[in-house]
Amino acid sequence: MKENGRDIVLLAHGDGGALTHELINNLFLCHFESNILKTLTDAAVFSINEGRMAITTDSFVVDPPFFPGGDVGKLAVCGTVNDLAVSGARPVYLTASFILEEGLPLADLESIVQSMAGACGVAGVEIVTGDTKVVEKGHLDKIFINTTGVGYIFPGVDLGYHRIKPGDKVLVNGSLGQHGIAVLCKRYGFDFAGQVMSDCAPLNGIISLLLKEIRGIKIMRDLTRGGLATTAKEIASACGLDIWLDENCIPVDAGVKGAAEMLGLDPLYLANEGKFMVIVTPEEAEKAVAVMQGHELGRDARIIGEVKPGKGNVYLSTSLGGTKLLDLMAGSPLPRIC
Amino acid sequence: MSPLDRFCDTELSRKLMGRVAALADEVAERLGRPAVFIEVCGTHTVAISRLGLRSLLAGRVELRSGPGCPVCVTDHQEIDMMVNLARLAGVTLGTFGDMLRVPGSRSSLERERAGGADVRIFYSPLDAVAFAEANPEREVVFLGIGFETTAPVVASTLTRARAKGVKNFSIFSAHKLIPPAIRAVLSDPVLKLDGLILPGHVSAITGRRAFDFIVKEYGLPSVISGFEPMDILIALHELLLQLLRGEARVVNKYTRVVREEGNLDARKRIAECFEEVDVPWRGLGVIPESGLSLRETFRDFDARFKLNIEPAPPTSHYPPGCACKEILRGKLLPPECRLFSNVCTPVHPVGPCMVSSEGACAAYYRFERFSPVGGGI
Repeated sequence: MKENGRDIVLLAHGDGGALTHELINNLFLCHFESNILKTLTDAAVFSINEGRMAITTDSFVVDPPFFPGGDVGKLAVCGTVNDLAVSGARPVYLTASFILEEGLPLADLESIVQSMAGACGVAGVEIVTGDTKVVEKGHLDKIFINTTGVGYIFPGVDLGYHRIKPGDKVLVNGSLGQHGIAVLCKRYGFDFAGQVMSDCAPLNGIISLLLKEIRGIKIMRDLTRGGLATTAKEIASACGLDIWLDENCIPVDAGVKGAAEMLGLDPLYLANEGKFMVIVTPEEAEKAVAVMQGHELGRDARIIGEVKPGKGNVYLSTSLGGTKLLDLMAGSPLPRIC
Repeated sequence: MSPLDRFCDTELSRKLMGRVAALADEVAERLGRPAVFIEVCGTHTVAISRLGLRSLLAGRVELRSGPGCPVCVTDHQEIDMMVNLARLAGVTLGTFGDMLRVPGSRSSLERERAGGADVRIFYSPLDAVAFAEANPEREVVFLGIGFETTAPVVASTLTRARAKGVKNFSIFSAHKLIPPAIRAVLSDPVLKLDGLILPGHVSAITGRRAFDFIVKEYGLPSVISGFEPMDILIALHELLLQLLRGEARVVNKYTRVVREEGNLDARKRIAECFEEVDVPWRGLGVIPESGLSLRETFRDFDARFKLNIEPAPPTSHYPPGCACKEILRGKLLPPECRLFSNVCTPVHPVGPCMVSSEGACAAYYRFERFSPVGGGI
């Protein structure tokens, strides 16, 4: 998309005048298909059904904006959709706010918007309102996106820490650490053999299947920043019980394992964008795994541990039969020296 | 199954674990106490912690950690000089990742970056040269950190930068050598050791022979080991066997990587670019001929001369109560430090052993703080 012979974002694109309108009409409206958005009023107006709703918001500032398996746009949709999905909600509407750096190539913006539209299509959600601001060059790194999402809680679903009991099983829908490695390798220019792709994907499809089939789900969490270990620790602390994980059962694919080893990082602490953890009654654990494995985003689903009485700690049984403690991540993962 | 996978084979590892435990009991009975081994490499420290090996061998073998994490042993004085470099106008400071958080006496590179200094992480010094070529208006200073493993890479980079005629690239060398540090640790009369697990990657460069002095001068069994579960168990098995038989040898159990003579080409490169000098190690003090300084022929790439960096004052500034000194010598275990896990944590590190992912304190904090109740799954 070229405007006035220019192919980059200008400060004037954010001033609310003619260029802003061009941007909205020629870019956002072209890709985001929504009758509500088309009205271009100050607020999106829509009817609601009865029942409980969920709302969540998230800002996306990923460096670099494009990485193997996705980009900041796909992330901005999937991240918010997944936060609603793991809360037991059916995501319906999103808002999208863009803060752009002056000089950002419009082609990059367009490809980010296209991948947002693609992710919305897969997730079955609509972007119904948005905003654009442009800041001077150097005031931010290329592009920040904020998305807010609303959804309906599925009838009869009651998720919460209060429902977790000793004996409950811990499940995960697949291999860990792909997003973290994909972004790190791209950021630092590591060129390892065999590219690891981000697992960025909307999880509402697999989760709605699970909620329909399995009654005994206590809680679900998506395993974003801080990875499985940090999320498990948050859950254990919140419910005052211990979580035991078995290293032999936790799926980590060979590409991630190799890269993580080379960089001195632990896959259990690496970010994911298409993985979630489920805590479920022991009676329904096997069935839940089977349901997950029936969906393309759950082929490698496993039972990886269980809840035990305790004091809010997370323990990992190692491959040797030893035990180690897992805690919240401290500082972001940095590649090591040797 | 690749040949390497056998080193991670769970069933094999568990079998060998049983044999190691039985052997350890036998040795402990003979000594009247658990055998005490020290590992000299940060990657071993982390691997041992990750495997939960200490909990499995509790009361049978005591595993201590030596000065084998390049970040942990970088002295305050050197960090202060790096901070001064980062503050110079027009300088981009390139570093390996985990150097960022190490506290100097006043600041860290992470704090300097937050304050506007241009500090960047490069995985390879060659990337830093490429960055210098693309940004001719900046002086790119790469921090040469690490042991015999990273020094040849930095040496090759210098040779290439010179051949390319890159004028805005230099090195701040804080490289250190492992054998002199081992000597410094073993010379401590207070420390009672029964054997050493020697670093695999460093030995790949130096060769097995470089560690013969451990047997000649100190009479201690030593094993060069890899980093997979089986590697570490094989090393422990070998050390325990030597103790039982009353032997002391330097055995190479990492033969898929380490040779008798080491990597001659890498050693030649180090010798071409660097000379051995006396340098301070955090926690160990000044160790003779244990550091690598750029030779005079590379002055035009030596940040200390090129940017006229004054040596920072040597500092005896040690955070009160921090036991990193004793921990680096293997005299204390991290939980024996009174700051450990209450004042000093990975989020608010007081000493360097808590900063680096390979530091003994960080490894203990992450994996070994509490004895769990109840069994496994």
